[in-house]
Amino acid sequence: MTVDIIVDSLPRLLKGSLITLEITGLSVVIGFCLAIPLAIMRVSSLRSLWMPVYAFIFYFRGTPLLVQIFLIYYGSGQFQDILSDIGLWSLFQSAWFCAVLSLTLNTAAYSAEIFRGGIQGVPYGEIEAGRACGMSGALLYRRIILPKALRIAWPAYTNEVIFLLQASSLVSIITVMDITGVARVIAARSFAFYELFLTAAVLYLILVYLVLFLFQRIERRISSYLRTSA
Amino acid sequence: MLELQGYGWLLLKGAKLTIYVGICSLAIAICLGLAGALCKLSRSALVRFAATCYTTVIRGIPELVLILLVYYGAPTLIQDILSLAGYDIYISLNPFVAGTATIGFIYGAFATEVFRGAYMAVPRGQIEAARACGMPPALTFRRITLPQMMRFALPGLGNVWMVLIKATALISVIQLPELMRNADIAARATHKPFTFFFAASLIYLLITIGSNIIQQWAENRANRGVRRA
Repeated sequence: MTVDIIVDSLPRLLKGSLITLEITGLSVVIGFCLAIPLAIMRVSSLRSLWMPVYAFIFYFRGTPLLVQIFLIYYGSGQFQDILSDIGLWSLFQSAWFCAVLSLTLNTAAYSAEIFRGGIQGVPYGEIEAGRACGMSGALLYRRIILPKALRIAWPAYTNEVIFLLQASSLVSIITVMDITGVARVIAARSFAFYELFLTAAVLYLILVYLVLFLFQRIERRISSYLRTSA
Repeated sequence: MLELQGYGWLLLKGAKLTIYVGICSLAIAICLGLAGALCKLSRSALVRFAATCYTTVIRGIPELVLILLVYYGAPTLIQDILSLAGYDIYISLNPFVAGTATIGFIYGAFATEVFRGAYMAVPRGQIEAARACGMPPALTFRRITLPQMMRFALPGLGNVWMVLIKATALISVIQLPELMRNADIAARATHKPFTFFFAASLIYLLITIGSNIIQQWAENRANRGVRRA
């Protein structure tokens, strides 16, 4: 085991960690914003609303993330003419953009399903009480259903974010220089395979536990009303 | 519809290997999961600690990194150790063995949690009754605990399988000719990446739907002794 190579490559691996966090963070935030309306549409009784969302969720949860990344990054090449006409081709040429897009769509599908469970877990009495107070539609969702649904879904959502952080390692396959990407490039040049991949694994472990800590802090905050003052 | 230009058979061959890799990995995961659950419930604190390390560390590392670590890292590590002892040999792993073992090893950690929960769901009184009838621990486990655990573990195991079969796509990175790798080959040869990756995704969807049906059937069968209102 050569420690030198780990020390030498640590600055580049840390730069890769920033890319990993950046891609994961962006996908989580955009995915969250997409997932909430998707979940609301999913529980709608209108067939024209829930059917397309169901198909979207079913497709993205039923296929591997790697296929989705390849479909967007390599598959977009098949539609080069159309994409150039509407001026989007330069976006799809960037591996970084395709990585964020596929991770966002993937996490939006998984999170929408989690939030659907949360919405359906809201006790019906609370909704009736809200209605009795004269709330309806958007106001009822904003004040009663969504806050409660988010609290119910939070532990499962934490898991999803952890999974996404780990799944973001797949973007290294389409040449994005995240932790795994940096480790693969340096390992291929120096033949120091296990040293670099072990270091990458440790970096991921640290990131995972940082995210876990952060999300548990949020969970404590949003469910603080449940704690009795000792 | 999708014009596969004669590459359809290549995709189907890949799909067959994907399912085969998935089943082999699941078998490894179930064995490791049962062993891990027994260790987690062990009386010895050291054994419990080892099992907890296994589940927490493995679940915190991306599958791709572990596959690369095993496929590229393990042979070089063994070579380095052997060269210290004075042997100079070259080792390389078969992608099938490395991929299946790694996926099985990773999902063994998930299966451990599933089996631990299932074991704890078996009523204590039944185990006590078996002991009172004179069954030794191993027989109690085989006759009473294991069959009931399976009933509680099936939904969790079904989830593990769904995630596992999708994770096998990652083995394409170490050039195992499974569904994803073959789709990649066909896409490069025909310059129609969208067509082939979309076809591959539909095959994965079919596998998911098929697994759902089998899981439902297995759960109904395992629960046939349970009365419902």
